[in-house]
Amino acid sequence: MTLTRFVSKSAFRNKRRSILTVLSITFSLLLLTVMMTVWHRFYLDKGDAQSAQRLITRHRVSLTQNMPVYYREKMRTVRGVVAVAPTQWFGGLYKDEKPENFFAQFGTDPAEIFTVMTDFKIPDDQLAAWQHDQAGCVVDSELAKKFGWKIGDRIILKGTIFPVNLELTIRGIFVAPQPSITVYFNQKYVEEAVSFAKGRSGTFNILADSPEDVPKVAAGVDAMFRNSPEPTKTESEKAFQLSFINSMGNVKAFILSICFAVVFATLLVSANTMAMSIRERTREVAVLKTLGFTQQSILKLYIGEAVLVALTGGALGCLLAAGLVVVLANAPGMGFFFLGMRVTTPTFLLAIFVSAMVGLLSAIVPAYHAAKLDIVEGLRYIG
Amino acid sequence: MAIPISYNIRNLKLRKGLTIMTALGIALTVTTAVFLMALLAGLKKAFMSSGDPVNVLVMRTGSVAELSGGFDASLFPTLKTLPGIAKDGQGEPLASGEWVVVVVLPRKDGTGEVNVSVRGLMPAGLTLRPGAKLVEGRWFTPGQREVVVGQSIHNRFSGANVGDNLDFAKGQWKVVGVFDSGGTAYDSELWGDVNQIAADFDRQGAFASVYLRATDPVAADALKHRVADDQRLKLEGTLETDYYEKQTSSGGVIKFIGTVVAVIMAIGSSFAAMNTMYAAVAYRSKEIATLRIIGFSRPSILTSFVIEALLLSLLGAVVGIVLILPFNGMSTGIGNQLTFSETVFSLHVTWGVAMTAVIFALIMGLLGGFAPAWHAARQDILTSLRA
Repeated sequence: MTLTRFVSKSAFRNKRRSILTVLSITFSLLLLTVMMTVWHRFYLDKGDAQSAQRLITRHRVSLTQNMPVYYREKMRTVRGVVAVAPTQWFGGLYKDEKPENFFAQFGTDPAEIFTVMTDFKIPDDQLAAWQHDQAGCVVDSELAKKFGWKIGDRIILKGTIFPVNLELTIRGIFVAPQPSITVYFNQKYVEEAVSFAKGRSGTFNILADSPEDVPKVAAGVDAMFRNSPEPTKTESEKAFQLSFINSMGNVKAFILSICFAVVFATLLVSANTMAMSIRERTREVAVLKTLGFTQQSILKLYIGEAVLVALTGGALGCLLAAGLVVVLANAPGMGFFFLGMRVTTPTFLLAIFVSAMVGLLSAIVPAYHAAKLDIVEGLRYIG
Repeated sequence: MAIPISYNIRNLKLRKGLTIMTALGIALTVTTAVFLMALLAGLKKAFMSSGDPVNVLVMRTGSVAELSGGFDASLFPTLKTLPGIAKDGQGEPLASGEWVVVVVLPRKDGTGEVNVSVRGLMPAGLTLRPGAKLVEGRWFTPGQREVVVGQSIHNRFSGANVGDNLDFAKGQWKVVGVFDSGGTAYDSELWGDVNQIAADFDRQGAFASVYLRATDPVAADALKHRVADDQRLKLEGTLETDYYEKQTSSGGVIKFIGTVVAVIMAIGSSFAAMNTMYAAVAYRSKEIATLRIIGFSRPSILTSFVIEALLLSLLGAVVGIVLILPFNGMSTGIGNQLTFSETVFSLHVTWGVAMTAVIFALIMGLLGGFAPAWHAARQDILTSLRA
């Protein structure tokens, strides 16, 4: 019998206990992995290279203030600016106010928006069809899948900010690298129906020369309008999105505290099991020592055992988490929170590492006691 | 005959380490659950208590929030003269045309900038919100670039003390007072003169909303319908209470995530409790056999072990609630999808929350304890004695 086999045999000798411990760790790690996935998506995901090349300009005062649409032409003169498209949040209702029917609706310029959004792919003929129909729109492929939309379908967006109901015909379906839950339509439609919308835009999407140029472009654009009555604030696309997440509250602290509680609880469970299982085997330890096992090898044996149990739980938890995230991403009524989320390899590895550490830490104290055990005392032990 | 509970308590005491660790595990789960429930309770409180049942909020038809667009100010006199509106001391109807805009302010702790709502109101707007009480300084003077800040704004943002100047829109605004509306959504707002605000945000000649104070709740309901029924107005009336209740939906995500987190953690803890209870049964198999010989029936053994598991989880619940208490009243902000700005609310550990937590823990104990207890009750007396 090899040492590895000995460890795995003893790890699962009390089947019921091992299974319960594994299951307990599985559920904790499941939660931890999901939380880490959310964290990863919000704070670590830098987006693809093309997103890093884009900026968003808004009114300095706040997102709800509009800017004159002629800013767009002035922005083109800033060094490093390749393309600019205006985007105006429409915020209309599709069907009803239910969160599952919520998606982003932007009025924009069909001629340039896809020049800026370089990573959004749309067939040329569909783009041309949209550009020719002022009452047309293009929709995100994931969104089309969710609502079962096809090209030629009509959707009605009930205006809340602008007093107009848009009757749009879907002219194209675009594929975004990450689901964007967005519908784009021609802002002219709104401008012709609502006088106060004329000549104004809520945001501008800018494509820069290269990701390195982004800070310079941001500074350049803001400097241009600093002393105008309507100054701007320009930031990278990622920074802009992050400010939205931050507006949901202190998400960071929220996730961190849950992760901390979960890891600590797992540690307790695992430590409990190891303490029980090592105490039960006091006499066995004495026998092992009599046979010539050193303190160190006994320490290793028990730690190995705990790590094995924790790893089994961790691996199961990760697998379940991957499944759960997929379910959440596609669940109806979830809105957009989990849309397009998936468990990434680094997250997997981190979760596995955490479970191994939990096993290690939980076994140290009881294993140390076992290793230090006096042989005679141990043999006398009656449990 | 039932086995006395003191037997279970003594057993839990005997195996201190195991009891403490299992209870702590349950406690952490309870803490997390209580934290999430308290968050929701606080959020609910902030929104639920915000509205006044006699106030009617009038917005353009189709608007879902005060932030979305406005309507012509020329409609205001028509609204003001509708029947059923309460009058002030001078016989003037209590009606206030208002604007809500959003500005960006830096947080006090330096963790970035946050969107905050600024409300422009008429002097009558103060009268029809008797819940808002001045705690420092004075109210703003109409025609001046002055604002009063809500209690939460005062606490959370720098430069929001009386005498400070806040820089937003077209220049400086002087903070002249702090008001407290009792933890409602108004506490997360800045209030100023409606004309000044409209001018600064280029929105003269219109209002985002008009607040009407009815003489009583019945009149409020009638007023609401009267506004909607007048086809010329193209306006819609909502009871202020209904308006804020709808905003609670921003807690939907927290509620969903909270439930998932609590349930998953509870499953994990139940398995841990089960482990502990199985061990407890295994250690005591001889004892159990002896109890049976003395004459205790299988049901009473079963009950005894289930009670032991429940005691264990109850201990966990108590520790869990105690762990969260230092955070009670801690305030945090949540972004509101309807207003794009932050509403501050505080963690609120109510009796309801605590009771739910205890029940939650007991369910965990029951789930974890039943199988081991069943096992204990079914043990064969002779085999156990010989073991």
